[in-house]
Amino acid sequence: MTRLPHPARTRAEGPGPHAPSTTAAATRRLRRGVVLALVLALAPAPVFAVQPDEVLKDPAMETRARQISEGLRCLVCQNQSIDDSDAPLAKDLRVLVRERLKEGDSNTQVVDYVVARYGEFVLLRPTFGWHTLLLWLSPLLAVSLGAFGIWRLSRRKPPKAERLSEAEAAEVEALLKRR
Amino acid sequence: MIVELGHYALALALALSLVQAVMPAWAARSGDAALREVAVPAALGTFACLLFSFCALAYAHVASDFSVQNVVENSHTAKPLIYKISGVWGNHEGSMLLWVLILALFGAWVAGAKTSVPPVLRTNTLMVQASITFVFVLFIITTSNPFSRVAPAPLEGNDLNPLLQDLGLAIHPPLLYLGYVGFSITFAFAVAALIEGRLDAVWARAVRPWTLIAWSFLTLGIAMGSYWAYYELGWGGWWFWDPVENASLMPWIAGTALLHSTVVMEKRDALKVWTVLLAILTFSLSLLGTFIVRSGLLTSVHSFATDPSRGVFILAILALFIGGSLSLFAWRAPMLRQGGLFAPISREGALVMNNLFLVAACATVFVGTLYPLLLEMLTGDKISVGPPFFNWTFIPLALPLLFIVPFGQALAWKRGDATAAAQRLLAAFAGALVVGLAAAAYAWGGPVMAPIGLGVGAYLIIGSVLEIWARARGYGQSRTRDLGTTWRRAIGLPRSAWGTALAHAGVGVAVLGIAAQAWSTEGLGTIRPGGQVAAGPYIAVLDRVGPKKGENFEETAAFLTLRNRAGDVIGTVETGKRFYPSRRMTVTEAGLKTVGVSQIYASLGEVMPDGAIGLRLYHKPLVLLIWIGALIMAAGGGLSLTDRRMRVGAPVKARAKLPPAAVPAE
Repeated sequence: MTRLPHPARTRAEGPGPHAPSTTAAATRRLRRGVVLALVLALAPAPVFAVQPDEVLKDPAMETRARQISEGLRCLVCQNQSIDDSDAPLAKDLRVLVRERLKEGDSNTQVVDYVVARYGEFVLLRPTFGWHTLLLWLSPLLAVSLGAFGIWRLSRRKPPKAERLSEAEAAEVEALLKRR
Repeated sequence: MIVELGHYALALALALSLVQAVMPAWAARSGDAALREVAVPAALGTFACLLFSFCALAYAHVASDFSVQNVVENSHTAKPLIYKISGVWGNHEGSMLLWVLILALFGAWVAGAKTSVPPVLRTNTLMVQASITFVFVLFIITTSNPFSRVAPAPLEGNDLNPLLQDLGLAIHPPLLYLGYVGFSITFAFAVAALIEGRLDAVWARAVRPWTLIAWSFLTLGIAMGSYWAYYELGWGGWWFWDPVENASLMPWIAGTALLHSTVVMEKRDALKVWTVLLAILTFSLSLLGTFIVRSGLLTSVHSFATDPSRGVFILAILALFIGGSLSLFAWRAPMLRQGGLFAPISREGALVMNNLFLVAACATVFVGTLYPLLLEMLTGDKISVGPPFFNWTFIPLALPLLFIVPFGQALAWKRGDATAAAQRLLAAFAGALVVGLAAAAYAWGGPVMAPIGLGVGAYLIIGSVLEIWARARGYGQSRTRDLGTTWRRAIGLPRSAWGTALAHAGVGVAVLGIAAQAWSTEGLGTIRPGGQVAAGPYIAVLDRVGPKKGENFEETAAFLTLRNRAGDVIGTVETGKRFYPSRRMTVTEAGLKTVGVSQIYASLGEVMPDGAIGLRLYHKPLVLLIWIGALIMAAGGGLSLTDRRMRVGAPVKARAKLPPAAVPAE
């Protein structure tokens, strides 16, 4: 469908573009004023995802930090990794990841640390477990189910040629004679 | 006044589509052939009404008629004309109107096309199509009326979301909808076949062009959307595995499978029941996509205009059409005559494998997209299924599929020879190996998948060339070594053969572009004028930061000079932050410099009071190939459509008048 970038990606949100049409115009105007004031108060300055001051001095460690960040979900955003997000929480998480790395944590230790604090929801690649069994096995299941269907189909005997009824045979006979 | 007429035309379209949906069924009972034919003028009438309705809404937007709610919410007097027009479908109500307009367009197209489609099949198809139109027009009138007035009318509108004020919005949704909604015709054909209980090669031949049309447009629409997101969102990603993107990808994959299974059905009379099921599933996935986007059920970066009551209505539509058609399928399919068989090593065998992997890939995307929702509903556990999951599962399914593409083309129908096919593809294998090894040697120690991907891309492209080459050379007795004869034969090959080869080569080109993204590099820095940021082989030097004025925005732009590592100037690029006062929104405008098919992508970050700026620079090698590949695929689809056997035909100018005496005796 229409690919419409969410306003959250644009740092500042305008008044709701789709106020319910039933609301009276006066209320709408009032509410628009309130929303506008809120937006002006809350609108963060336009910033980047990863900012230059966050970058670690050790390039190898920074690469690791980026790899980890790409797999962690920004919890307050719609569907973005913390590496892509401008939200303050995402920045906190990025800094946290880098701090853990500086402490000498391995990649898994960092991820475990974040998951312990924020839950599995933070992982963009879900863990393999009972609750995700069907999810992870879905490609395999789909292929084997399809392969089984094809195997069944290929074993099917060709349909026996149907015998002509007497009337049909007579008609064929007549047609052949006409030539 | 025009707005009221548009509103009235919408209501009239509702009535006409009801006539179109009901009359043929009635005619079937009463055996009245003339009544059955009412479907044709009704289809044309529905389309005319909806077209008028759409134009009326467009007029209200262009004329900035702020007494219309929809215009108030999405327009502004200072907005450039092109965005006033594209703003018509840049919102929920307008985009739904475009949706049904295209639905009716396809209905009218089938009604007016000069084809050899049997009349009963045609009217049944129109009947099914009209029932979809009816329900969606009802949805628009009851829950999302674009013509609602507002009193008193405000002096100024709220303006369109600045992210949507882009040429992308003007092109992307119409193309995407032509694809999405185009599959309604194949769906209608499938349901019509089930109603009639007849399924044969004639049906397959009738359906193929429509599948091709819808598929080609969907390919263009997805590619356009991908490019739009790439330059508009500001960090150079071309695919996010976002629910809304998946919603458009699923019908595309299913449609691709359908495209191939109809070929088998037409040529070999096999896979008939399966093809009908695929046709139903493809449009069901389109409907599901509409539901996902319109209901806001899944959190998506693209979500906008979501309203629960609308969601429930669309869910009901979904249940009606998907549930109804699948029930009909379960009831009627066993009665359909099963078709021919196939050997595993044959063209049709390869096409069956194509269907297997495509459908498995589609199922994976489906499960991945909806799993978090179901899990939360059932157990309360919240999990995320993001890009890493899809990359892990999708690529292993895509690789065997891509391997089959040229291989299947090298096999003969009925009974193929695998060894001969492999020999024919020797050059493709060799080419793939050379490209892959060269890439691996050039970028030693880099990502492993990139050289493999390049090899696969080369294999697909060379394979397509070999396919045409082998067919032009001829087989057995008629085989020729003469280049002139080969050339003449190549020219004389059916357009659909060229179309197939072109589309498959397009896949290869896209694969090259996708694979090369593993090598994209990124540079990041806070710089002042004179400072520089480097990415890959390029360096961007900041010349100055200055203001720029647009029609309805103010921009702070950074002007950069690009140099290569040797210091030669490549060109200039500018990136900025646009502030739209009407919505108080700031949007980043990425700066793009194209070098060959690679791009340098600059994105402006924070602008400090002391004149320093944050700058992000990407080098995206071969990135344009992704979309060029998609364009080639769609062109292949278009070329196939010009094949003599595939032509849908222009609308009939004047219908031949039949002598009134010819009343068939029952």
